[in-house]
Amino acid sequence: MAHIHDDKIKGLELIATDIRQDVIRMISEAGSGHPAGSLGMADVFTALYFHVLHHDPKQPDWEDRDRLILSNGHICPVRYAAMAHAGYFPKDELMTLRKFGSRLQGHPERLRMPGLESTSGPLGAGLAQGCGLTYAARMDGKKWRTYVVASDGEHGAGLHWEAVMFAGKYGLANLTCIIDRNNIQIDGTTEEVMPLEPLKEKYEAFNWHVIDADGNDIRVIIEAVNAAKTVSDRPTAIIAHNIPGRGVSFMEGKYEWHGKAPNAEEAARALDELREIKTRIESEH
Amino acid sequence: MARGKKDAGKEGVKRAATRDGFGEGLLLAAASDDAVIGVCADVTESVRMTAFKTEYPDRFVQIGVSEQLLAALGAGLAMAGKIPFVASFAIFSPGRAWEQIRTNVCLNGANVKLVGSHAGVTVGEDGASHQATEDIAITRVIPGMTVVVPCDAIEARKATVALAKMVGPAYLRLGREKTPVITTEDAPFELGKAQVLREGKDVAIVACGSMVGRALAAAEDLASEGLDCSVINCHTVKPLDERTIIAAAESCGAVVTAEEHQIRGGLGSAVAETLARHLPVPMEFVGLRDVFGQSGDAAELIEHYGLGVGHIKDAARKAVGRK
Repeated sequence: MAHIHDDKIKGLELIATDIRQDVIRMISEAGSGHPAGSLGMADVFTALYFHVLHHDPKQPDWEDRDRLILSNGHICPVRYAAMAHAGYFPKDELMTLRKFGSRLQGHPERLRMPGLESTSGPLGAGLAQGCGLTYAARMDGKKWRTYVVASDGEHGAGLHWEAVMFAGKYGLANLTCIIDRNNIQIDGTTEEVMPLEPLKEKYEAFNWHVIDADGNDIRVIIEAVNAAKTVSDRPTAIIAHNIPGRGVSFMEGKYEWHGKAPNAEEAARALDELREIKTRIESEH
Repeated sequence: MARGKKDAGKEGVKRAATRDGFGEGLLLAAASDDAVIGVCADVTESVRMTAFKTEYPDRFVQIGVSEQLLAALGAGLAMAGKIPFVASFAIFSPGRAWEQIRTNVCLNGANVKLVGSHAGVTVGEDGASHQATEDIAITRVIPGMTVVVPCDAIEARKATVALAKMVGPAYLRLGREKTPVITTEDAPFELGKAQVLREGKDVAIVACGSMVGRALAAAEDLASEGLDCSVINCHTVKPLDERTIIAAAESCGAVVTAEEHQIRGGLGSAVAETLARHLPVPMEFVGLRDVFGQSGDAAELIEHYGLGVGHIKDAARKAVGRK
């Protein structure tokens, strides 16, 4: 596997920091939304939109594009921000999040915004749709790949496991599920609410290849996705361990920030911290 | 069983189940469009997909007892360009998978054809847990959904072919029991266009599915009493053919609806919604009255739950009496 140049990684880290700032601005402006998960997954979405995916922001319906389904639709601010930075739509539009008439609905809607691939929000359904996409591509001999981002909390939904069984049975090698493993859900930590561990072994028992990865390290994320591409007989789950609220000290690791918007003062503090991080990355050699 | 035979109507009338018509229609649709595929949740023979599976093994997907997956997987397949007919028993799909159907299929604008067999009380001996009598209500209420309830095997075949050509989500409701074949090969079939099977001037009976044959039998009986009935086969519950229904209400001045489904939320409700706005006339409803079914012979359940020919006749007399 080709080594990814440090400059490339640094560039991606800067983009991720910009995306995090937009996430804060968007949710603050909207007055509601889900900051913790969005911030935690900014590195994964940056890696996907700026390195991994075969896609064309100017042709969102390009037939041979890779498909990315966001199953835990509530973290859509990070996807919207990544899409805007990638060129799917003007960045100004980000500030319309959750407002009347916006293409940026509170939970993503495929028919309103080209490139979203699927409507989501009610949890547990993304992997099943990803299975359908991948199976159809295989029927047609298509090479494009399907990526599904799913949260750890939504593993409580039976449908997700129906899809895990299906993908395992049919050995859907072109399907990669990136698990947003931040250990929190609305009512508390995942292990308090409904324990998932041993998660890796659960997937392996269902005939999946599993990779544990640092979900806040862009190089590691890219390497994990590249490793998934070399598996030819099974789907791959990448357990992307990440810190919810990443980059904003007072949000990091706090489930209380799952679904709460920062007020103006909190948003200003968060943006200050993120600007500091950006300056630090820029000054690194 | 004697009543079962009586239910067939005239001697020599051919009987077949609407699920049989679906099986034939799926083969026709698949032959004319490579995108048509079949997905089934462990009831392949029961939903009459075996012939399709044999003819097109590469286009058949077995998913096991996973009805939520049936809807969501179907959405994914459709978004990649397939025309999936996803089949189970109506109690499970749409019954179990309602939110997946709403979000993943309809809100997503996915071209999925939901096939629910064994609908209504005529599934019989399996009992109430397996008798879907709410499925029309829960599907027709979802924006963008088409709902089709064919009256016999020939119509089910035609409906399947038509649904494969139509773009958009749809629910096809099928029965297990063999019922009289009352339409002909050359009868016109168009989605959203109700058929006037009999024209009368006293009362219009609007029916769907297995109740269409009973409505015709009731109309014939009532004619000997001097009551002149229209009979409308309303195979597409949504979008409702409002024009035909309003015209029938206008010429008859009274309407009876008949369905093997709860009165609340089904065909009768759809007709009432239309007539209340455009042309209120006395209406009576034949259907289940807020009760679950039970085990029993199909014909005896039809009688017990007020869905028989006699019940339609009573409703027609009552509606006329209220004019």
